[in-house]
Amino acid sequence: MSAVTAEELRERVRAFLAEHDPAVEDRLDFLRARFDAGLAWVHYPVGLGGLAAPRQLQQVVDAELEAAGAPDNDPQRIGIGLGMAAPTILKFGDDEQRRRYLRPLWTGEEVWCQLFSEPGAGSDLAALSTRAVRDGDEWVVDGQKVWTSLAHTARFAILVARTDPELPKHKGLTYFLCDLTDPGVEVRPLRQITGEAEFNEVFLTGVRIPDSQRLGEVGQGWQVAMGTLMNERVAIGGSNTARESGMIGVVAEQWRQHPELRTPGLHDRLLRLWVEAEATRLTGQRLRQQLAVGSPGPEGSAVKLAFARLNQQISGFELELLGEAGLTYDDWTFRRPDTTDFTSRSAGYRYLRAKGNSIEGGTSEVLRNIIAERILGLPAEPRTDKDVPWKELPR
Amino acid sequence: MSAPDLLYSEVEEDLRAGVRRLLRDRCDWTSVLARCESDQPYDLDLWRTLAGELGLAALLVPEELGGAGASARELGVVAEELGRAVAPVPFLGNLLATTALTECADAEGVRELLPRLSDGSLVGTVAVPLTTAPHAPFPSAVKAEGATLTGTITSVVDLEVADRVLVPATDEDGPALYLVDTSAAGVTTTPATPLDLTRRIGTLDLSAVVAQRVGGDAVRVLRRALTVAAGTLASEQTGLAQLCLDSTVEYALTRYQFGRQIASFQAVKHRLADLWSGVSTARAAARGAADALTGSGEETELAVAVAQAYCSDLVVLAAEEALQLHGGIGMTWEHPVHLYLGRAKSSQLAFGIAERHRARIAELVGLES
Ligand SMILES: Cc1cc2nc3c(=O)[nH]c(=O)nc-3n(C[C@H](O)[C@H](O)[C@H](O)COP(=O)(O)OP(=O)(O)OC[C@H]3O[C@@H](n4cnc5c(N)ncnc54)[C@H](O)[C@@H]3O)c2cc1C
Repeated sequence: MSAVTAEELRERVRAFLAEHDPAVEDRLDFLRARFDAGLAWVHYPVGLGGLAAPRQLQQVVDAELEAAGAPDNDPQRIGIGLGMAAPTILKFGDDEQRRRYLRPLWTGEEVWCQLFSEPGAGSDLAALSTRAVRDGDEWVVDGQKVWTSLAHTARFAILVARTDPELPKHKGLTYFLCDLTDPGVEVRPLRQITGEAEFNEVFLTGVRIPDSQRLGEVGQGWQVAMGTLMNERVAIGGSNTARESGMIGVVAEQWRQHPELRTPGLHDRLLRLWVEAEATRLTGQRLRQQLAVGSPGPEGSAVKLAFARLNQQISGFELELLGEAGLTYDDWTFRRPDTTDFTSRSAGYRYLRAKGNSIEGGTSEVLRNIIAERILGLPAEPRTDKDVPWKELPR
Repeated sequence: MSAPDLLYSEVEEDLRAGVRRLLRDRCDWTSVLARCESDQPYDLDLWRTLAGELGLAALLVPEELGGAGASARELGVVAEELGRAVAPVPFLGNLLATTALTECADAEGVRELLPRLSDGSLVGTVAVPLTTAPHAPFPSAVKAEGATLTGTITSVVDLEVADRVLVPATDEDGPALYLVDTSAAGVTTTPATPLDLTRRIGTLDLSAVVAQRVGGDAVRVLRRALTVAAGTLASEQTGLAQLCLDSTVEYALTRYQFGRQIASFQAVKHRLADLWSGVSTARAAARGAADALTGSGEETELAVAVAQAYCSDLVVLAAEEALQLHGGIGMTWEHPVHLYLGRAKSSQLAFGIAERHRARIAELVGLES
């Protein structure tokens, strides 16, 4: 199919809306039909929710549908699926896997989480020790994952496990799609700094995963995981397009509504943060425009880095701005949320939650290494463990 | 308002390649440094080539007025390259003059003048202190009586090579713009010793100088010229910041201490990574301004203020990091880092420091103190 134009897309959306009235059609039916019409993510292939169209045309579709009052697929709630699982399945999966997983992933019927990190393998992901042993047409998986965001809401997970401990650590890994309803999977809430349990510990005991749920070749897990992480950084950094969206909008509103809180020093800091936020927003926008004509590069790391620093500075600033109210917290009740909620909780929550921004999805230090090495071409960090069989590494 | 296009088009990349090639051949830093110490700090031959062959002197001047009829987006790309070479050419002054005069093209003599400013045979500038922010009040240093001007303006950019100066003055009707020939009787120009050896400033003294009043709404015209120049300066700053980063990376890869390239130390790597992020952000902000300058109004003003508020501090950071990571060699005269730093710090002051742009942003988005 030749490239679709914006005008043709608009036509398509109108034709689609003529058949599917969002005011009367069931939400899920509507979303499924939208996927089947190729209007879910237009840059995906035909038959998989897309039209093989240029990526930037998605905004044309979204705008038309929003104007018609159509329901969205709640992208906040299924961010890991959309941002990480889907592009990885598209790139490394076989046809059968793409057909099976992508539609319910996009409609939100099946939520995804990411089983990468382990107690002994965070930044050094390739050090992980969760084992997968082949048994006929199945793999038997044993191990423990940690800090798994929203695993309690998820049906499936992307999983990296060690399939050959004799090989050096990057080589003996394999990538799987794991059904969390399988016997042997146990998800335990892990209460965090904010009081809630947004992430979890996941214990895998004798979990049997069919070989048809392997993604990529045996031993290719590291390469697949790298693709996922690149997409993760883009997903984290590449959202939000409107000026004053996100936390800067929250503090700007506080400022406008509370003249009594203003001081000259706070004013100066607010404006510095506003400029940083606006320039960072433009950087994200530029990244998205580059993405639309190419593929995600390490540039996503820059936006993620800036976003983390900014969120932390703004949320700290907000508490100072609020004064006495900054001494309070909205709710320490233990709970298991189904999204990360930056805007409707209190300033104290925002302050605490933002601390995770420079850790989740790769720490800021690790991102700086990536920028230095992959973009600037500076020497790699010394690696004493690169050619040593994994089982002989000190742990 | 639709989203700005923050990328570079193919045409823009072609233009960049042409400018870069010429500057590589004719404007390496050793010759820039040698020139700074001579009595001809500006390279007017280079300027005429840039103007005549590449049409850079008047990108924004419409073709029917003798210019290149390009947009502020292309102008931004050129500014990046001139910044990347710390080129000693009267780009900024001429940009101010041509932008303002294009708006007054109906005035007598202006129509004939523009092609000559465009092809580099004449150089122009605007008589305001280089630190003047786009939203500053109309200057009151010069009084016009009849058609004669009297007054003193300091820190006028590119003054020493300027043939024509557009002077904001107050006459009986209020703010107005007058065109002054620098060879006219009663005109004295005194060069200052500049912090930035590659971009000169000077004092313009006018003593009953006979000048021609040019038409247009002087306040609006001056403001537009300053806005265009300030927005374009953000691109120049981005180019200079990129130069600082690139040359520091290169140096860090070749300098060995403790038996290793200094680029292999994580403390150094992380600083360079942060600087790279900063330059990426500066580029996005500068592109935002360049794209916005193709229009006008408050959105344009805001984009320019954001770009200046970000880029003018970032370029100083880039030059200061470059100096630090070059160690002792960076403190020497023979090494070009001081040229970068001088340009960076002066350009931070040009058209208002970041704080002034933040104050303007506060007004524009309703975040007053
Ligand atoms: C809110 C949140 C949600 C998360 N969600 C998920 C999820 O859904 N799925 C999942 O798999 N994981 C998830 N994680 C885990 C996250 O990816 C890891 O925490 C992260 O990669 C860091 O690993 P670590 O915690 O083991 O820290 P460590 O790797 O032990 O790092 C400790 C410190 O050492 C520094 N450091 C480590 N290596 C280097 C180096 N080479 N150079 C310089 N400094 C270094 C780090 O920057 C850090 O400051 C989540 C984490 C958080 C906080």
